[in-house]
Amino acid sequence: MNTHSVIPVLGLLVVASPAVLLAVLGLPLLVGFRLSEQWQSRLTKASVLTGLLAATGILATMLISGSRQEVVELGHWVAIEHEHEHFHFHINFVFDRLSVPFLMLTFVLCGTVGAFAEVYLHRDAGYHRFFLLYALFLLGMVVSALAGTIETLFFGWELVGLSSALLVAYFHQRPGPVRNGHRVWTTYRIADAAFLIAALTMHHLTGAGEFQKLMGSGAWPEGVANIGFWQASLVGFLLLIAAAGKSGMVPFSGWLPRAMEGPTPSSAVFYGALSVHLGTYLLLRVSPLLDVSMPLRIAVIGLGLTSAVFGALASRVQSDVKNALAFASLTQVGIITVEIGLGLHYIALVHMIGHVCLRTLQLLRAPSVLRDHQMLENAVGEHLTGDEVATSRSSSPGQLWLYRFALQRGNLDELLDDWIVHPFTKSFRFFDSLERRWTNLLSGGNSRTSDTLSPYGDSLEDVH
Amino acid sequence: MPELHLPWLELSVLIPLIGAIVVACIRNLDQARRVSIAICSLTLICAAGEWLDFELLGTFEAHDHWDVFQYIFRRDVFVIDELSAPLLPLAALLYLTTVLTTLRTKINRFSFGWMLFSEAILLATLACRHPWLIILLLALAILPPLVELRKRKQNTRVFALHMSLFIGLLVTGQLLVSADASAADPPILAGALLTAGALIRNGICPLHCWMTDLFEKATFATALLFVTPMTGAYAVMRLVFPIAPAWALQSIAILSLATAVYAAGMALVQKDSRRLFCYLFLSHSSLVLVGLEMAKPIGLAGALCVWLSVGISMLGFGLALRSVEARTGRLTLANFHGLYEHTPFLANMFLLTGLAAIGFPGTIGFIGMELLIEGAVEVYPMIGFAVVIAATLNGIAIVRAYFHIFTGTRHTASVSLGCRAAERVTILIVVLLIVGGGLLPQPGVQSRYHAARALLEHRRVADELPETNLTVAHDRPTTANSP
Repeated sequence: MNTHSVIPVLGLLVVASPAVLLAVLGLPLLVGFRLSEQWQSRLTKASVLTGLLAATGILATMLISGSRQEVVELGHWVAIEHEHEHFHFHINFVFDRLSVPFLMLTFVLCGTVGAFAEVYLHRDAGYHRFFLLYALFLLGMVVSALAGTIETLFFGWELVGLSSALLVAYFHQRPGPVRNGHRVWTTYRIADAAFLIAALTMHHLTGAGEFQKLMGSGAWPEGVANIGFWQASLVGFLLLIAAAGKSGMVPFSGWLPRAMEGPTPSSAVFYGALSVHLGTYLLLRVSPLLDVSMPLRIAVIGLGLTSAVFGALASRVQSDVKNALAFASLTQVGIITVEIGLGLHYIALVHMIGHVCLRTLQLLRAPSVLRDHQMLENAVGEHLTGDEVATSRSSSPGQLWLYRFALQRGNLDELLDDWIVHPFTKSFRFFDSLERRWTNLLSGGNSRTSDTLSPYGDSLEDVH
Repeated sequence: MPELHLPWLELSVLIPLIGAIVVACIRNLDQARRVSIAICSLTLICAAGEWLDFELLGTFEAHDHWDVFQYIFRRDVFVIDELSAPLLPLAALLYLTTVLTTLRTKINRFSFGWMLFSEAILLATLACRHPWLIILLLALAILPPLVELRKRKQNTRVFALHMSLFIGLLVTGQLLVSADASAADPPILAGALLTAGALIRNGICPLHCWMTDLFEKATFATALLFVTPMTGAYAVMRLVFPIAPAWALQSIAILSLATAVYAAGMALVQKDSRRLFCYLFLSHSSLVLVGLEMAKPIGLAGALCVWLSVGISMLGFGLALRSVEARTGRLTLANFHGLYEHTPFLANMFLLTGLAAIGFPGTIGFIGMELLIEGAVEVYPMIGFAVVIAATLNGIAIVRAYFHIFTGTRHTASVSLGCRAAERVTILIVVLLIVGGGLLPQPGVQSRYHAARALLEHRRVADELPETNLTVAHDRPTTANSP
């Protein structure tokens, strides 16, 4: 058995393990059967372990054979062929120096968080829901990491988005998490729209969605983009919007603290670590575009710098640890983006891996940090340094403005509301009122019976 | 013309028609419901048999076996082709699932007799291609909702006005169509009148208010059954598509695109769940129309795929919403209801079917939507991206509705709100179609692409489609000999 026959088998195993987990956790729910916590946990561990071992096997095989890039072809999922016309949805998975570390990182962190959540959410009413969404997230991350075509990447990207938004609303009996979940979903959808338009543009420019056709045939990061300046700029800017939305960069940073409403395990692995780095991963994947378009490179650096500075300011004044960590993540994501803009691909990759591990650890420790501190003090027998209240210092107006700016998180959410959300809803409410007038006119009276109806107001027999 | 092996089409129409008469005579409503379920099941079997038989023939079109109308009128009345063949089982499924999810507590409000009558009319409409007969059947289909509105003492003016205009325009337009009309020599005035009529039935903005009015005043099931089969789009394909020039079709597509975005935006600000459903459906059906009018194979194939996927997913979405409403009454989206803990199954199905409608990855609508967007961008490079915007807004509206209905608060119920077995099975069937079609899209896409090419071939626009050859309608692999 040579490397060319081993890698496809292992590659399929990597993708199949989370897919099977999703099916095994989801199908019983459809028929009204609930797996026990113990079985859910076992299945999750088995899936993550299988995926991780297969990914390690691929890495070892590639190191032994000296291969820098391996492509596992699954062929056309959908293919239309007719003389001058064709449409392909091609699926292939690329294992290279970018995807393999990110893939292994995904399995390691998801496995850690799965083990943590097993205890953290024990007997919680939403235990089953959490692990179902966890499986969806894992599948989305694996598909995104390995995607060799932009359509496949979009597939995984959407799964990550949906699972993330629903996990923010995990504690769904309170309106706060639900509103925040909806906000996250809305931001993601806008980013997804930019992504989809970029994918379509790429299709029209190259006639296919394969990254190899766009980036040239060289293994990452040495590919050379096969398109011109304007095309690279257009696709690049759209992908930059998508990445900014997914990674919570300015001006989409408002969803980051909102995402912390979710349970700690999901905050740790999704918004603190993996999910927020998916945008930077995308930028790394399409980094050859930056070599073609200088304005795009400048925009990437500018966005990264702005986000880093904003994150650094906001994280210093947050009043709770999860929000502080979320903005600290944003700072690092911004710096990683700057590194990508400067063409420091390997540094960006190493920075991303290191940061993801550190942030996951910090977020998982966050709920018990006070208790640990107290235990330490008990063990030492005296108060430790660092808990004295700092005496107030006089501040200049500039400092005060900066403090308020950071405390109010730059008013980014309010700005988006004032400039986009409110005008939009106001316009459509106006159209709604016009429609009401029109139907009232035609009816010769009030045409909307729904105005007077209220839920639970009728007996079951009267409901119609 | 090839012939089906059995008279599937006549049976599909006659069974519900006779059933309507039988059910109208039954006084016991519970018994009427059971008989209706049996009749709808039989009809679905016949409609599915028709589709299977047609696929085995491997032809573009086929007429019914033992066609009595052919003996009487000397012309093929019941004819199906690649466009209509899968629509019949879809329509039959729509009726069966609706009657299965009708709770006993609602049977005194819902007329099973009229429902079966409307099923017979719908299947007859989908099974025939003669313009005048289609117009007649479309006019007859207006009766069941109109009778129900009258019976419920609701104001019918909005509905009646729009429908009168719709039928009036179709009749006038068809009168002006000469026998030799074609896309190469289009009758402009007739085409414009027919188009205007069909656009009213489709609810194209600003002529869409009858649809929201119907959802306000009729029962949810009646409104669902009247709009979900998208007979307006069918009328466009049968009455307008063969004779309209390409520029006219593309103008309709642009109007539909504007409606899709407008309806998606309106769905976001609705406070009533039924109105939300109505606008979501309107947005999706307009997207179907966008693709249908592109007159390009990829876009048309995408539209035909989305027609089926939207039909199935919006049916599931509507049924899930109807099942929730059957337990709580009409729901406002102005506040949260927190029903997840009581009906987790319905909650999950609501979300899944809604996401399938917007073409979420892994569901039946994904590839269709990709094709549709690809086709739209090919024809209109800039405004084709509006399809993406409509899909984005619809996605936001669906998740917003999910959050408002199923989450956000703790709901206390004095009775069990759990799902009944019949409801569970019905929605599961829809979910299986959604997921199955999503994971294995190739057969469906291939079949719809072939249908698209064949339809374009029949428009005889060889100058706009140079790559089309005359064998397109007959190059399907034949698995059975045509009679």
